[in-house]
Amino acid sequence: MVNKKEEMVLSGLEPLYVNATTGFINVGERTNVTGSKKFSNLILNGDYEEAVNVATAQVRNGAQIIDINMDEGMLDGKAAMVKFVNLISAEPEIARVPFMIDSSKFEIIEAALKCIQGKPIVNSISLKEGKEKFIEYATIIRNYGAATVVMAFDEKGQADTYQKRIDICKRSYDILVNELKFPACDIVFDPNIFPVATGIDEHNNYAVDFFKATKWIKENLPGAKVSGGLSNVSFSFRGNNTVREAMHSAFLYHAIKAGMDMAIVNAGMMEVYDDIPKDLLEKVEDVLLNRIDNATEALTDYAESVKGKGSKKERNKNDLEWREKNVNERLSHSLVKGITDFIIDDTEESRQSFEKALEVIEGPLMDGMNVVGDLFGAGKMFLPQVVKSARVMKKAVAHLLPFIEEEKKKHGDLSSNAGTILMATVKGDVHDIGKNIVGVVLGCNNFEIIDMGVMIPAKDIIEKAKEIKADIIGLSGLITPSLDEMVDVAAKMQEAGLKIPLLIGGATTSAIHTAVKIAPGYKGSTVHVIDASKSVPVATKLLSQGNSQAFIEENEAKHAKLLDRHLNKKNKNVFLTLRDARDNEEKVSWDHDVIKPSFLGTKTISNFDLNELVPFIDWTPFFLTWELAGTYPKILKNNVVGEEATKLFADAKDMLQKIVDEKWLTANAVVGFYPANRIKDDLELYEFDKSTFEIDRNKTTNTLHFLRQQKPKQNDRPNYCLADFVATKDSEREDYIGCFAVTTGLGCDEKCKEFEKDHDDYSSIMLKALADRLAEAFAERLHQIVRKEFWGTSPSEDLTNKDLIKEEYKGIRPAPGYPACPEHSEKSTLFQLLDATKNTGIELTDGYAMFPAAAVSGWYFGHPDAHYFAVGEINKDQVTDYSKRKGITFEQSEKLLRPILGYQ
Amino acid sequence: MTKKSIVESAKERILVLDGAMGTMLQRHKLEEEDFKGEIFIKHHKLLKGNNDLLAITRPKIVEGVHDAYFEVGCDIATTNSFSGTTIAQADYELEDYIDEINFAAAQCARKSADRFTEKTPDQPRYVAGALGPTNRTASMSPDVNDPGMRLVTFENLRKAYKQQAIGLIKGGVDVLLVETVFDTLNCKAALFAINEVKIETKTDIPVMVSGTITDASGRTLSGQTPTAFWTSIKHANLFSVGLNCSLGADEMIPHIQELSGVSTCGISAHPNAGLPNEFGLYDQTPEEMQNAIKPFLEKGYINIIGGCCGTTPEHLEEIVNIAAKYKPRQFNGN
Repeated sequence: MVNKKEEMVLSGLEPLYVNATTGFINVGERTNVTGSKKFSNLILNGDYEEAVNVATAQVRNGAQIIDINMDEGMLDGKAAMVKFVNLISAEPEIARVPFMIDSSKFEIIEAALKCIQGKPIVNSISLKEGKEKFIEYATIIRNYGAATVVMAFDEKGQADTYQKRIDICKRSYDILVNELKFPACDIVFDPNIFPVATGIDEHNNYAVDFFKATKWIKENLPGAKVSGGLSNVSFSFRGNNTVREAMHSAFLYHAIKAGMDMAIVNAGMMEVYDDIPKDLLEKVEDVLLNRIDNATEALTDYAESVKGKGSKKERNKNDLEWREKNVNERLSHSLVKGITDFIIDDTEESRQSFEKALEVIEGPLMDGMNVVGDLFGAGKMFLPQVVKSARVMKKAVAHLLPFIEEEKKKHGDLSSNAGTILMATVKGDVHDIGKNIVGVVLGCNNFEIIDMGVMIPAKDIIEKAKEIKADIIGLSGLITPSLDEMVDVAAKMQEAGLKIPLLIGGATTSAIHTAVKIAPGYKGSTVHVIDASKSVPVATKLLSQGNSQAFIEENEAKHAKLLDRHLNKKNKNVFLTLRDARDNEEKVSWDHDVIKPSFLGTKTISNFDLNELVPFIDWTPFFLTWELAGTYPKILKNNVVGEEATKLFADAKDMLQKIVDEKWLTANAVVGFYPANRIKDDLELYEFDKSTFEIDRNKTTNTLHFLRQQKPKQNDRPNYCLADFVATKDSEREDYIGCFAVTTGLGCDEKCKEFEKDHDDYSSIMLKALADRLAEAFAERLHQIVRKEFWGTSPSEDLTNKDLIKEEYKGIRPAPGYPACPEHSEKSTLFQLLDATKNTGIELTDGYAMFPAAAVSGWYFGHPDAHYFAVGEINKDQVTDYSKRKGITFEQSEKLLRPILGYQ
Repeated sequence: MTKKSIVESAKERILVLDGAMGTMLQRHKLEEEDFKGEIFIKHHKLLKGNNDLLAITRPKIVEGVHDAYFEVGCDIATTNSFSGTTIAQADYELEDYIDEINFAAAQCARKSADRFTEKTPDQPRYVAGALGPTNRTASMSPDVNDPGMRLVTFENLRKAYKQQAIGLIKGGVDVLLVETVFDTLNCKAALFAINEVKIETKTDIPVMVSGTITDASGRTLSGQTPTAFWTSIKHANLFSVGLNCSLGADEMIPHIQELSGVSTCGISAHPNAGLPNEFGLYDQTPEEMQNAIKPFLEKGYINIIGGCCGTTPEHLEEIVNIAAKYKPRQFNGN
């Protein structure tokens, strides 16, 4: 028998009963701009007709209530809510069910209540803003005749333990029922479904606490109902639908047992509890019920295995069956699979089925890209695939653009995007592969990307940001001087009064540097983005009105923590004095005869045969560029990324063949050898006679400056410095140093521009990545030639490519800017010695980056015991010493050495 | 002597609400000058047919209609204020006379009721201040090609109803009757407004709501089933809910049965005198109507019974006679 007193009755055009006999109520979650990208895009683009179809589909899929949320920063939420509610009220198929008005803004809620003839549920109110507001809102809701969700949230925050949950719910209930006479059966408590399996121990009991709180509410607060947003619980497994669906079903199973009456769910994404594979179910329940230690790890491992399987199944279908599907499904397929073959025809066919060309983008194309974005975000798709998808998208858009322009002329501009992001590689730096990848990935997620290119001064970035009203600025850089440049850009942004978020990315950037050096100079949010896959959630959160504050605070808290740790660490840093460090130099043996190079001065090599470089390519970093982790060739057989890596590798080989056959790139190099001796940490280079090899040690032509490790070492290890590998001047031994600069990047930019013109970022990024590899291969090959012929330190060396990559040869070739000689400005001396710009075409920027980017330059040390190491952090005395050696001010010296300064 | 409240009376016996006002006024064959009277003689719009105005211009005629219904034994007179809102009077450009129209309408019924109460102190007579649906719908678009469009908003309605309710209360009504509800959102706006008036004037006047089921679909014009309709207005602490107009008693009974099953407050029904014939006239005789109403009473669905379109004092006399033989439905409302 139904207890009528405890029964909740809601209404659309028809009543909906919620009582102990009606079973669990599905609240549809798709008409929520914060939860559904598709719906959000439709609303942002003003496509209300299609948005109404989303609501219809929800009801058809079994939603018994539909949740409507218009809390989106780019939107007039109140107007959108009113418009949408009025529209769906006119559709009997939708209006049949009660509405759930979901907003964090009460004015939006009230605006919706004024449009609804039935009895809706408000989602939500809470004690968050105190009792007075709570009573005010509840009274208004009551006057409109609505039920309400009450969040377990009070002045102190969101309830995250069992006790806090029941305390807040009890207090809310007492106020509503006893003080306001609010009908108990019109109260729905949301005791907070939080993500579990997050890896944070405090979260392990979240689900258990929810179940317990639900049970308590149902037993102790008569009439009250319990609801929750289900998809939260599986947040850690975003995109892995197998695991997510299992988690949702299992969670519901237990929550319903505890008495949960309704939940906001995607009705189309529910696995039947009994159909969950037993092994998965066990792991899921281990997590939800917090039954065993390491439940999270076990489920994560399982998730990894499901991921691999799922993708394999799909890829075996390598036929054209999909061409039989309807045009929009074909578009989606092409996007997800990155197939360009049919895209123009399909786009055209789709266009003819729509009224406006823009609708093709906003509809089928964005739908497809959303799938791509979701898969990538979930680790189910990998970067190369995403970039290929973007290529397909760009080609489709390019086809549609003339039509859209035409329509714009007629109807005005109707397009909109998720936000405008201005991107630039900072002044002095030319590296842009990473920046381009981030641009592509963000572009896939409906951000408008304005890419200023490379070597962009702060002033230009700021002017451009103002001009285009950028929502975010993204700075990129690869070499360490770029870090300083970024600090400078941030400071200038502050001066210019900008407040928009600043994203920092690139190989040498770090969360710690961002927190310690960049963020303090700029009042806007400054966020370090570790890779392309993180760029989307970061940008999305920064621009979302609802979430941005929480995210910004989280980011600031992270910065504060890093800063604190940094200061602690710096204060604890212990250094040897420079003198003591020098006393602990490496005593390399001088038993061998120093080999004289076959020539002194420089030798230029132009148009080196690219074909000869191919076997020297080290492929592992190539895969890293594409965010595929693993060593070559094992990566090709890797469970998770193996298939994608294999495909990528095949594409790379194809292009490499073209590069070689069609001579897309030119390989130039210059090598030089100079008589040199060491004084402390410097190398003096002396005048010589090219033909007689006569050396005049009284005439120093140049001085090379190296840095010495300064941290105390254990086990009698020396404090290394590269200079130690060259004989001292005192020893009167004739010794030599070699220098080189190679490039394979000439021609690269032109070719990339051709690709970009053809909307083919994939090929453009591929070419840059290959050019980089070829440059490294050239450096490797040249070093081999040097060892065997030019210097002849190992004339009979016979090593395989693998051995070369493992550097199992004698002698090293450290490059300025790298750990053994981390100071970039030494490249100036190197270039001057080699006359590198004239001899190879490589230019050096203000920031000591080489252009073209596919270039390597460095020193050759011939000593058989020479080895690589990292200088690490240094102390002030060495900085002072360095400034004296280089003849620069202390401040200049500090600036050059900033990344390795070990003191405050 | 304080008379029994309408709520108390409704718990003791089935109360009979009056019949049609319009049908009775037509018997007087009123012309433009009757409607205009002296006050509106210079009004630039034709006012014939604006029945609500007669409470001001021909109050005796209106009072006479109330008398006729009380004469045959009715308990409740509904005020002649069906169109007494700024929204409904906009067509006549008489928005400035809302206070007067409602006050006068309430006074006509009040005077009549008080006279009859004096005559039959055992049967106190009551006045229900009528709030009509207006001629606009808040949850439907008038244009099929623009389903999101609305000619009237909740706010427009709330303001208009608030003004009308204040006028009626000032005129001395015992209860407010939000009637002929075809769009529940309009009704909710009226209830919201009444709640505001109650709070502001610190009075707790009982409220009746009467919806209308448009046709054989069994739903309101705005698409709700009777239960959905009840669910949507249940919060307003109603004295009674029921149905009027559109249908004859025979057609209305299943819907009243449904409401009676779900509602916790009193139940009212005031059906038309059958369904209209091909000329739009109602030709159910008083005896026929009495028979048609009998099942409502027998099954115990009812607290308040009355008549709508096509009903006359003759019809109501038969209804009074039969209602007296049955016990009212038990209910909790205030």
